[in-house]
Amino acid sequence: MKTQYIGKPVSRVDGLAKVTGSAKYSADFKVEGMLYGYIVSGSIAKGRIISIDTSGAMSLKGVLQVFTHENVSGLPWFSIKYKDMDAPTGSPFRPLHDDKIIYSGQPVALVVAETFELARYAASLVHVSYQEEDFTTDLVKNMDQSYKAPVGKLGYVSPKSRGNADEAFDQAAFKMSGSYQHGAEHHNPMELFSTTAIWENGKLTVYDKTQGVSNCQFYIGNVFGLAYKDVRIISPYVGGAFGSGLRPQYQLFMAVLAALELKRPVKVGLTRQQMFTFGHRPVTLQQLQLSASTDGSLESIKHEAFSETSRFENYTEIIVNWSGTMYNCDNVKLKYELVGLDMYTPVDMRAPGAVTGAHAIESAMDELAYELKMDPLIFRLKNYADEDQTEEKPFSSKELIACYREGAEKFGWTKRSIGPRSMREGNQLIGWGVATAAWDAFQAPARAKALLSIDGKLIVSSGTSDIGTGTYTIMTQIAAESLGLKIEDVTFKLGDTNMPLAPLEGGSWTAASVGAAVKGVCEDVKKKLKKMAVKTKTSPFYDTSSKDIVFDSGIISDVNDSSKSISIVDLMRIAGVNSIEETSTSGPNPINKMKYTFNSHAAVFAEVKVDEDLGIVRVTRVVCAVAAGKILNPKTARSQILGGVVWGISKALEEESKMDHQYGRFMNHNLSEYHVPVNKDINDIEVIFVEEKDDIVNPLGVKGVGEIGIIGVAGAIANAVFHATGVRVRNLPITMDKVLQIAEDDKNQVAV
Amino acid sequence: MNSFSYNKAHDVAEAVADIQEHEGARFIAGGTNLLDLMKENVMKPAHLTDINRLDLADIKENEEGGLTLGALVTNADTAWNERVEQRYPLLSKAILAGASPQLRNMATNGGNLFQRTRCYYFYDTATACNKREPGSGCSAINGINRIHAILGTSEHCIATHPSDMCVALAALDAKVNVTGPNGDRTVEFGDFHRLPGNTPHLDNNISQGELVTSIDLPPSNFTKNVFYLKVRDRQSYAFALVSVAAALDLEGDVIKDIRVAMGGVAHKPWRRREVEESYIGKVASTENFRALAETMLTGAVGFGGNTFKIELAKRAIVRALNEALKSGENL
Repeated sequence: MKTQYIGKPVSRVDGLAKVTGSAKYSADFKVEGMLYGYIVSGSIAKGRIISIDTSGAMSLKGVLQVFTHENVSGLPWFSIKYKDMDAPTGSPFRPLHDDKIIYSGQPVALVVAETFELARYAASLVHVSYQEEDFTTDLVKNMDQSYKAPVGKLGYVSPKSRGNADEAFDQAAFKMSGSYQHGAEHHNPMELFSTTAIWENGKLTVYDKTQGVSNCQFYIGNVFGLAYKDVRIISPYVGGAFGSGLRPQYQLFMAVLAALELKRPVKVGLTRQQMFTFGHRPVTLQQLQLSASTDGSLESIKHEAFSETSRFENYTEIIVNWSGTMYNCDNVKLKYELVGLDMYTPVDMRAPGAVTGAHAIESAMDELAYELKMDPLIFRLKNYADEDQTEEKPFSSKELIACYREGAEKFGWTKRSIGPRSMREGNQLIGWGVATAAWDAFQAPARAKALLSIDGKLIVSSGTSDIGTGTYTIMTQIAAESLGLKIEDVTFKLGDTNMPLAPLEGGSWTAASVGAAVKGVCEDVKKKLKKMAVKTKTSPFYDTSSKDIVFDSGIISDVNDSSKSISIVDLMRIAGVNSIEETSTSGPNPINKMKYTFNSHAAVFAEVKVDEDLGIVRVTRVVCAVAAGKILNPKTARSQILGGVVWGISKALEEESKMDHQYGRFMNHNLSEYHVPVNKDINDIEVIFVEEKDDIVNPLGVKGVGEIGIIGVAGAIANAVFHATGVRVRNLPITMDKVLQIAEDDKNQVAV
Repeated sequence: MNSFSYNKAHDVAEAVADIQEHEGARFIAGGTNLLDLMKENVMKPAHLTDINRLDLADIKENEEGGLTLGALVTNADTAWNERVEQRYPLLSKAILAGASPQLRNMATNGGNLFQRTRCYYFYDTATACNKREPGSGCSAINGINRIHAILGTSEHCIATHPSDMCVALAALDAKVNVTGPNGDRTVEFGDFHRLPGNTPHLDNNISQGELVTSIDLPPSNFTKNVFYLKVRDRQSYAFALVSVAAALDLEGDVIKDIRVAMGGVAHKPWRRREVEESYIGKVASTENFRALAETMLTGAVGFGGNTFKIELAKRAIVRALNEALKSGENL
């Protein structure tokens, strides 16, 4: 077959539109008569608004309205109406609902004016006076307030313990204990959140930045009392989101509110500073205790995690559960608790929970390997989990050993000297570290529509999102291959509630979920064409068996006799059919799901060079070997892993939203002081996709690659830093003051 | 952002006159810092006097035998200027350690001197800051102060001056030429910026109506053994936690003259000539460098988050001087 696209490094089909600027992001949509909204952010963490003086803003010509809790009414009283599809348990935040301030940076007013500049200026004239109340935002100081994490959030599963880890730990020959801490992080996609809302003839059209148009439709319908069919959300391109777009953000509420009230199109965007005023990756404290017998077999794993959440919602993510499945161990004790603080609810951020848990468990494994005087890779192989001990199920596939092997070979791991501080170049200490990563291979129900026209062009659509991952491209590949068309004859469309329903774009499940729907609907079209071929009297296949018919490059031919053929275009013409339209739904196989655990895996190898005197850490090499089932497009998949590794380097060494507990406010709210890597921080990154065949996980055999690239990186780097310096830095990010053990405000480092 | 009026001046006299006429006016050149501050409502000038058209964009020989850098020469053009590279390599290196190529292409030499601190609290109008709003208090002293000063601080302010270029200018004994309503004057670089004291809202000793027209560099022997070390939390595009401009003039291994200026540690580039002088005639060795570093940090005080800078600064001085020593060998 010539039209083979799955598995090929097809360049992004949306690449041209993106580099030439014709791809429109939410803030690019301009409508005649459009107004601009600018949001006023609150300055205190907790209390009440005593008064809002909007007179200065309102007195300016061209300012139409300043919306505040004092003049917004008629919206639902019950918070359940504000629940979106990704909401954790609790009561969602209601913008401009009442005088209560529940977190710093809370939006307190929306100024709407004829121009953006005027709205921004007018916003600076709005004066808010507050009555402040006591608040607390420090997880470490509120550990006594922790409570068991409730179930209820999409995808969250409570941790399960097994055996008797306490006893095993007490009796074991080798053991380690450590506590690990992560700072908060904000997603900070390049594209700021922005919404344009248009209210026309009883219908609402909204251009939004989101990872789920349906979620926004659901939310807006419920909050504003509109029928879902009258709310259309459009989001064709998203400039990064990383989870921040899973929940509707408050600029969406604001734009719709103003458009409905003022009966004119309204655009509202957030500033970079405001990007720090909704969900973040939560600060998490973890305690690890591991023990092993003299031969290096894990005897016990104890892993507990305490995460911050808001006072109004219980944000949960899977952190400690990974310790129950990552390695073979009969005695596992897991605990995960939350602490409610006066801040906004955290929100899923790339590899939520897993990246947090993996750093701790993978550092702890490294620490125990040193206790045992074992190579940390050999130690991991020694405790390799052949099956999911938590659920007592086999994995549908698990080529992690191949990841270890191929990664180690590429990295040159066998040349590693075992002792800390044993490799150097002048004043640069060299360290090598390894870590393991795992993520769920989810599949959610999804729908797709296919429309094949008489010109042989196929349009497939599904209301999913492409946040830069390559969804447009891989769906085009799947459709072209499934129907045997040339790829240039296929267009994939997404990001519109008028299209068939797709799940939220996240969790690495889009390739599997939407991919299965696209494949399914194309196969339905194919069936129709086959039927047409054998039923149409003038067709060369008239009255033959449809089993022998194959599709390639838009041509239908006989598998045994290639001279017998007809193009799809001609077949439709002779059959008198102008177009074929199909819609179909795909979903996970519940029996397979019951019988197997679906995980993707990776092994990460990192080299660091640490300046002995100054403590500066540079990551000079990373090899990330991934087993994620079928790789639909090695080019876009590689980009996903590269991005994950870069972000892992960021998490390990640089990134942290710094909360001032005097104010309950994140302070480094700009891209100058919120550090992520720059070009100079990034050196060699090698991505390996190991062969992993999986017929069980889903029809395409794919596991998704959005998350798996980031998960093991911080652990591998932390372990490499220890190998280089002999200093175990357990709190991220690993900054020079921690490496040199001169950090006055962070003493959680130990040296051998 | 506030509403403001704007005028493009055609010559120095017009610029100086224009700024006198408007209360709360500011000069604008590259605008790389001022515009950000305006968008964040930190600075709200009622009027901007644009000086980009003034004839101040040349690098010229001066009477002393050094170079004079026009106030409107961009940082990039200064750093890559052949005469600057050859005669003042320390300045070139310092400039290139700062910001990003895009910013250096916009930022001017005059503007660089007027960069404002990167203190988080200065940038956030929801918080107290004596520099932004005198009398409101200093949030950084008990707050997030990783990037803050350890030398010359006051109970009112622990902000740092963020420039790299200025650290080199301090080390090189530059002089700043200023024109104002009362005529021209020349300011020694060491007297240009201020310590916070009880007036942290004042960054420098230049009054409202005065315009920096150029910077004089005296002739310099520091052409070989120089190094600019910038220690920061990422490899580029980050402000210094500690930076060191180090320059040695050597006779054999004996120090004929030495310059050490630090950035990221105080409200102004930190230099102590008397400490430098006490090492003239001594051997250029790690031991002497460390002893010098200890003296340079005399009186340093940490505030928790930035306490590590005291030891880090000492190590950075030693490293920078050793690198300066080495860089001469490579020539």
